Amino acid sequence: MKLTLWTYEGPPHVGAMRVATAMKGVHYVLHAPQGDTYADLLFTMIERRNHRPPVTFTTFQASDLGADTATLFKRAAQGAYDRFQPQAMIVGASCTAELIQDDPGGLASTLGLPCPVVPLDLPSYSRKENFGADETLLALTRALAQPCDRTENITCNILGATALGFRHRDDVAEITSLLLQMGIAVNVAAPLDATPADLARLPAAHFNVLLYPETGESTARWLEKTHAQPFTKTIPIGAHATRDFIAEVAALAGVSPTVDEANLRLPWWSASVDSTYLTGKRVFIFGDATHAMAAARVARDEIGFDVVGLGCYNREFARPMRAAAKEYGVEALISDDYLEVEAAIIAAAPELILGTQMERHIAKRLGIACAVISAPVHVQDFPARYSPQMGFEGANVLFDTWIHPLVMGLEEHLLTMFREDFEFHDAAGPSHHGGKATPAPAQQILEPTPDAATQMIEAAQALAHALHWLPDAERELKKIPFFVRAKARRNTEKYAAEKGVTQITIETLYEAKAHYAR
Amino acid sequence: MSLDTPPTGCLHTPVLRERGQREVFCGLTGIIWLHRKMQDAFFLVVGSRTCAHLLQSAAGVMIFAEPRFGTAILEEKDLAGLADAHVELEREVERLLSRRPDIRQLFLVGSCPSEVIKLDLSRTAERLNARHGPSVRVYNYSGSGIETTFTQGEDACLAAMVPGLAETQDENLLVVGALPDVVEDQCLSLLTRMGIRNVAFLPSRRASDAPKVGENTRFILTQPFLADTAHALERRGAQRIVAPFPFGEEGTTDWLRAVAKAQGVMLETFDAVTAAPRARARKAVAAHAETLRGKTLFMFPDSQLEIPLARFLARECGMLPVEVGTPYLHRGLMEPELALLPQTMLSEGQDVDLQLDRHAALKPDLTVCGLGLANPLEAAGHATKWAIELVFTPVHFYEQAGDLAGLFSRPLRRRALLRGAAE
Repeated sequence: MKLTLWTYEGPPHVGAMRVATAMKGVHYVLHAPQGDTYADLLFTMIERRNHRPPVTFTTFQASDLGADTATLFKRAAQGAYDRFQPQAMIVGASCTAELIQDDPGGLASTLGLPCPVVPLDLPSYSRKENFGADETLLALTRALAQPCDRTENITCNILGATALGFRHRDDVAEITSLLLQMGIAVNVAAPLDATPADLARLPAAHFNVLLYPETGESTARWLEKTHAQPFTKTIPIGAHATRDFIAEVAALAGVSPTVDEANLRLPWWSASVDSTYLTGKRVFIFGDATHAMAAARVARDEIGFDVVGLGCYNREFARPMRAAAKEYGVEALISDDYLEVEAAIIAAAPELILGTQMERHIAKRLGIACAVISAPVHVQDFPARYSPQMGFEGANVLFDTWIHPLVMGLEEHLLTMFREDFEFHDAAGPSHHGGKATPAPAQQILEPTPDAATQMIEAAQALAHALHWLPDAERELKKIPFFVRAKARRNTEKYAAEKGVTQITIETLYEAKAHYAR
Repeated sequence: MSLDTPPTGCLHTPVLRERGQREVFCGLTGIIWLHRKMQDAFFLVVGSRTCAHLLQSAAGVMIFAEPRFGTAILEEKDLAGLADAHVELEREVERLLSRRPDIRQLFLVGSCPSEVIKLDLSRTAERLNARHGPSVRVYNYSGSGIETTFTQGEDACLAAMVPGLAETQDENLLVVGALPDVVEDQCLSLLTRMGIRNVAFLPSRRASDAPKVGENTRFILTQPFLADTAHALERRGAQRIVAPFPFGEEGTTDWLRAVAKAQGVMLETFDAVTAAPRARARKAVAAHAETLRGKTLFMFPDSQLEIPLARFLARECGMLPVEVGTPYLHRGLMEPELALLPQTMLSEGQDVDLQLDRHAALKPDLTVCGLGLANPLEAAGHATKWAIELVFTPVHFYEQAGDLAGLFSRPLRRRALLRGAAE
């Protein structure tokens, strides 16, 4: 038993719902108790879908348990077929139905429905949402894919985009247009917007583009083994990765890797002097492994940040994540416990957090800038506007999204230069963040987010309990902008400890500053 | 028929009972508002990842405002041997209580998985009570989907608390049902001004204010879904005051009148206390009634609030209910409401596909439904009102009557606005 407040991933049957809802012509009959229909609202509210997810729940109740839940399931499956006339059905059990041990696959096959019925075996007590989606797409593909000749023109499939995927809609559009520029047509994009008939002709493509390993890798591997289709390994997030991706695709397809970069603005935006202040900003990155690893590369190599933390919540990708983290000189954090993530963030004292909805809340509490790079996300990250993460337009989106929450360069200078000024006192915060406009008290400067500051300071104090700050030095420390103050204190104490100094003066403070200057 | 014949409304209307797919929340959802009400309580669900995911999805961002609820997620090894599960649960509770020493009431909440594997939470609760009592009181109840629908979770929770309430021989009045603090204060103020003393609320904001109960206790429900709690109180000898529920001006007045009568309040006092707020409520409702009058209303089952709300919308706002669905119809509690509700089609339980067919045929002007149905119905051209908001928002008693009507008029005003034809 494990006490959980927040979960990064839902149960595996929600992953199966993500595949069913992404597709057209598929219906999912889920053996589940009353109440499990809550998952519908993820699709109708967060993703704002205008139709009900194609899922029929058996909604058994306590009174059914003594009687015959198997008959209930059969009735629901038959009823769903009669009403929706799907091209294919998937059947499975949620966590409670797994315990009562009806066999949805076996029960459905006795009905002799006139469409393929694919049984799912999703272990609810050991696996999670991404596994559910990956496994469901694999099961459907195995059941439906037909051997067929390759298309005459060079085509590929795009694999992994699902319902409730972070920017999946626009990523597929962006990558489709990129491939088109290279003269490659998309045979099938699946599961998003695909039909069972589309899955049947997956093997006609020359190769596969795997956009989201979390939800499409098993299928890509199976197609490679069974239908000799190679698949791409590069995730085209960021300008560099997109170029690598183009090269990889060009090699697989035997076409030229020249693509028009006229609309790619990230490299120049990042090179312009306006961005100099971004150099070495400390960034903590957490999310699903694919997005986190891609973000780390963009952060260091394309924007010039310093990656001070990197991790993911999906253990399936622990190994590549550990390898990636090593490259950045940090230890990978593999955890699905948000309290552990919070502790790691406090310890790393970053200036920017790139993460999920949970990290956004953590960042808010700690008073640190934050941008969202990965699911799980809330409704605002299913935007109306075009905003891919992948390809060249995706790179532009990343630049804008990540830079926006940071205090702008000039503003940062103003905050330092006029820090005693009533309009620029620390607690005023950056001008483009709402809800912080508190007037400075007459005497003493407010500490914003006292929790975070206190926690960091306490941690630092525990490290250097022998040190003593003289009042002058303490006052000088207060003049340092709040968002770097904890770091300044920590560096000073570390420096003092190294030098064997026990009394910290203004000089110690500035000596330490010079010592750690970057 | 003489004019003296008492109105029978829907008392004898046949009820359509359906069984099929239900598009409803389970009782665990009640935790989301109960934990805000009981400020020193922690709700520990014993369940699966699905339960944790449900609470997270339903609670939205609230989960980060220092939540006092969590899920002990069952893992494969817990399913293998049941003896283990008790030890594991006790260990998790130990850790939780040491981390949150401010907790005074701990609810072990059963879920579908824990009920199906017959995990005996009452035994764990007993053991924990022996160890941590009296500073922490441990209760257990089930909020599982197989046993409870949405608001029934609150009923199960309150009913579990009743046997532990202290005994008293004093005459007191118990107001039952979790109300937002602001509403509770208004209620108390009205009762006090009528001269009614010794009023207590179940649930109380803190464990130390828990009400006492005995044979001289009279109680009244503020929510229609509290059947088990009412029974539990009756078993303790308390007597229920029968009344409609305090929604709208009429509902609130009838509710207060029932209390006043039971407590021997003079009619003049009652009128003096209620006259001004009644007038305010009527005025506030009238503003919205203009939008709502003559519009047809269809309610999908959700919270058991459907019948009292349909009564309010029909009688005070002039709406025309065409189908009122409820997850569960408890006749004993609902009689005063049914007597007031104009003749309409009533349904209990649900087969959501069949109900959607009826809905499509009726084309109502306003549909009250859950979040899983709302956007699909909007996309099909129907105006909808999310039902869940009715449980989270202060809607009871006089001062909220206008807000309550506003919740239903807003979707209609918005549609008109977006069509460029503001009504």
